[in-house]
Amino acid sequence: MSSLSWGTAEPHLPILLVVVPLFGALLVTFLRRGILAWALTLAVTFVLPLIAISLLAKVLQTGQPIIYEIGNWPAPIGIVYKVDQLAAYVLCVISMIGAVIMPFARRSIAAEIQEPAQSWYYAMYLLCLTGLLGIVITGDAFNAFVFLEISSLATYVLIALGRHRRALLSAYQYLIMGTIGATLYIIGVGLLYVVTGTLNFDDIATRLGPAIADPGYRNAVLTALGFIFVGVSLKLALFPMHVWLPNAYAYAPSVATAFLAGTATKAAIYLFIRVIFSVFGIALAIDSLPIPLVLIILSIAAMFLASFSAVFEENAKRMLAYSSIAQVGYIMLGIALANEASLTGSLAHIANHAVMKTALFLALGAVFYRIGSVMYDDMAGIGRKMPLTMGAFAVAGIGLMGTPGTAGFISKWYLGIGAIDAGHYSIVFMIVASSLISVIYIGRITEVVWFRAPSESAKTAKEAPLSMLIPLWLLAGATVYLGFDTQATVDVSAKAAEVLLGGIR
Amino acid sequence: MLMGLTDFSQDMSSGDLIIAALLIPATAALLIPLFHRSPNLREAVTLIAATSLAMVAWSLYPRIIAGAQPELKVWDVAPGLDLAFKVEPLGMLFGLIASTLWVVNSIYSIGYMRGNDEPRQTQFYVCFAVAIAATMSLAFSANLFTMFVAYELLTLSTYPLVTHKATPEAMKAGRVYLVLLIGTSMVLFLPAILLTWAAAGTLDFTPGGIIVAQGLEPLQTLGATDAISKAIPLSPLLIGGLLFLFVFGIGKAAVMPVHFWLPAAMVAPTPVSALLHAVAVVKAGVFSILKVVVYIFGIDTLSKTGAGDWLVYVAGFTVIMASIIALRQDNLKKRLAFSTVSQLSYVVLAAAILTPISAIGAAMHIAAHAVSKITLFFAAGSIYTAAHKTEISQLNGIGWKMPWTMTAFAIGALAMIGLPPTAGFLGKWFMLQGAVTTEQWFPVAVIVLSTVLNASYFLPILVRAFFLEAVPVSMHAAGAKNAKDTHDDDHGEAPFPIVLALTITASMSVLLFLFPDVVLDLAKLMVAGG
Repeated sequence: MSSLSWGTAEPHLPILLVVVPLFGALLVTFLRRGILAWALTLAVTFVLPLIAISLLAKVLQTGQPIIYEIGNWPAPIGIVYKVDQLAAYVLCVISMIGAVIMPFARRSIAAEIQEPAQSWYYAMYLLCLTGLLGIVITGDAFNAFVFLEISSLATYVLIALGRHRRALLSAYQYLIMGTIGATLYIIGVGLLYVVTGTLNFDDIATRLGPAIADPGYRNAVLTALGFIFVGVSLKLALFPMHVWLPNAYAYAPSVATAFLAGTATKAAIYLFIRVIFSVFGIALAIDSLPIPLVLIILSIAAMFLASFSAVFEENAKRMLAYSSIAQVGYIMLGIALANEASLTGSLAHIANHAVMKTALFLALGAVFYRIGSVMYDDMAGIGRKMPLTMGAFAVAGIGLMGTPGTAGFISKWYLGIGAIDAGHYSIVFMIVASSLISVIYIGRITEVVWFRAPSESAKTAKEAPLSMLIPLWLLAGATVYLGFDTQATVDVSAKAAEVLLGGIR
Repeated sequence: MLMGLTDFSQDMSSGDLIIAALLIPATAALLIPLFHRSPNLREAVTLIAATSLAMVAWSLYPRIIAGAQPELKVWDVAPGLDLAFKVEPLGMLFGLIASTLWVVNSIYSIGYMRGNDEPRQTQFYVCFAVAIAATMSLAFSANLFTMFVAYELLTLSTYPLVTHKATPEAMKAGRVYLVLLIGTSMVLFLPAILLTWAAAGTLDFTPGGIIVAQGLEPLQTLGATDAISKAIPLSPLLIGGLLFLFVFGIGKAAVMPVHFWLPAAMVAPTPVSALLHAVAVVKAGVFSILKVVVYIFGIDTLSKTGAGDWLVYVAGFTVIMASIIALRQDNLKKRLAFSTVSQLSYVVLAAAILTPISAIGAAMHIAAHAVSKITLFFAAGSIYTAAHKTEISQLNGIGWKMPWTMTAFAIGALAMIGLPPTAGFLGKWFMLQGAVTTEQWFPVAVIVLSTVLNASYFLPILVRAFFLEAVPVSMHAAGAKNAKDTHDDDHGEAPFPIVLALTITASMSVLLFLFPDVVLDLAKLMVAGG
């Protein structure tokens, strides 16, 4: 991919990654016809992964982060975009998920959203993508806040476009929680600015060391850490700050759910890692506040309690939403254990979970397209009518359980090694015990869709159209592929983990 | 016979043969759905695949006997996680059993599935082929990771076979099956693999084992690889704990108390019970435990540290307890299932005696139980197909109506009890020898007592079948409520493919007694350390 030639645009790739979808969103609002809006969005989203992959290839090749100064203003004054291994990797994940579901979106959106609002959907989709990519690429704490708000505002609209009336309430819930989270974050950033006089992540990091020696500043820094920790945790739906998520996922349009599940929490997790590791340095966090311990407890609570909620759900989208909360628990657990293996597992799981969960939600989107419901009772026996759709669902579901030979296993393996390396043998058993619960909730829906007598709506259902099956099976195939070829996930994650932990020592 | 089979493959390298053994059933699984509309072609695919797989396996056999241990590295997934295959004697034995019996079982399946007009037959044959592919991968796996992948694939591919009937009872059984097998493998087996990796730095099956005990010199001659020298020595207690995780994590071996899935799985169509739940799946379990004991821990390490001493008692308890439960079952397949639980733990017991001769007994017993138990299940399915009878209390006088079936059943039963002229005798004989020479009296007592128990739950069936008068339909015991009400007493033998299949396997049981060298040669190679 490094052979991809961008000509004179080459040095400007970091900014293009944000500007292209931003202007795309603007243009899309002028297009009244849904199909035109879709076509333009499709074109834009297909360019983004190419840029992201080029950036990743360059970073891996040189081993140095790419620094892009906006308007040629250097760091303390201007805003700087910084692409290191971790950022480039997460950019790839987000942009690829954003692209792969677009072919699926056309029919699904046409069925779920009225024609005049369709171009709004695509505009907001691109805006949301802009925000998520921006959060990851920026090296500036305040700029990150701006992108956080862009993505959040766009997300509110995406959710509210859902067909169900409760979509409005869910969007409102998300609005309130999201605003609280963003406010807490910006208060924390403000405190840091007072202490260090800069908003650039790297500069904050270097000035924080001397500043913290002053007992007066020390408390301010700890307060900032607390605010940012809670604020970002709200965004990434860390248990027990997850209550906005199930409804938001359940009532948003099918494609929006698939997109958000794969990307939105991942960008927030990225921000969390960036702030905790690169800015504060986990060493500081360990010394002053019991953040790792709190994180471990909350992650494990998420892994178990959210999984239990998933077992008893009757709505398939809500079931997967709870599963997402549990999976965020896995990722945060690896971050909390903070060694190379565990962090590798967490980072690999960002991609692995994105692939599997997007596949699962897309399959539900296809079911919703055919029968207009994702309630278990209506989905009974649908597997016999839509074998390819539900076959992909089964493959991704097996991946979610962490079965060897799938992407989920790879993440779990590294998390397990990380737990052993950290000396927490009991956590090894908690990881595997909680994935047993995922066997139960995946097993339950498998039983419903394959072995129950077909429901009224399932009787007349047909297999999903090809435009839906292709993205679906691409992701289902990736679930298995990433279980064997781990170059793209584990190798990059391991390098990123090394850099993150190196910053601390 | 062997010479003729090996001719065709003389040009193929052993690596090619391994690939063929894995790809043949996998390809069959892909081809079968294409012939969904023409059942005859569909079944032809299964039969051709089964026959060619058996030929491939038998052409590997002389090479293994000659001392070769062909390897095949497929893919490095991540450090420590290699997809790799290696045919060693024990794996060869398991591969031979599974592939040969797949041929017979396919013949039987056709008769059974058609005779009973079962629905979803395409799905049935696809899942069956995938299960066989998983079994072959497991048999030939070169490390714990590859074994684990195959192990889980085997569970997942047999789940749709257990729930085949899609009745509430089948669904419930499917739940038990999935949660118990996947559950134990995830919660115990996977941590065991993780801890092994953390302690030993490798997952490869290595003669002499890869676990190093504190205060014990690692076997320099056998396992002297780089990884061994870096391994962290474990205390006997930790080794015992690790063995515990493996034994109960490998739920397919059905060591009590993780045996519930096996009786539950009996709701599956009988060909599934016969090949998968009497041979492939359960043998995958005991085979995995044997491999772990021999190639991960090392017999020497275990016997010197005493870390595996408890296993004798757990296995012995299972042997006796399962037999006692079997006594009380009226449903024929359930009784056979508990008999399987009991017989499986013989193999674990033999492994736990930790002597070379008992390990030979374990290998012999794997083969003997395979051909004999499949015969018993074939007979049970034959009775169901011809007479729609499922309970033992309904079988009075059936021996005269179905002479072939019940004669085969009698041979299988003799093998279970361990009497000559059946192969079951040999396995028990070697196990006893191993236990007696090392003066381990508990296993001796277990084997003797269980022989009595086996006799007391198998002989009454034979007595009923041949010496009791048939009872009119209306007078059947209340325990027969599970049976179809439509069964009639006016029936003859089952369809020809069924009778053919069970005759073949019953003969195998006797032939294995007369010519045990096929198995013994492999077993001796295994004990000699490859």
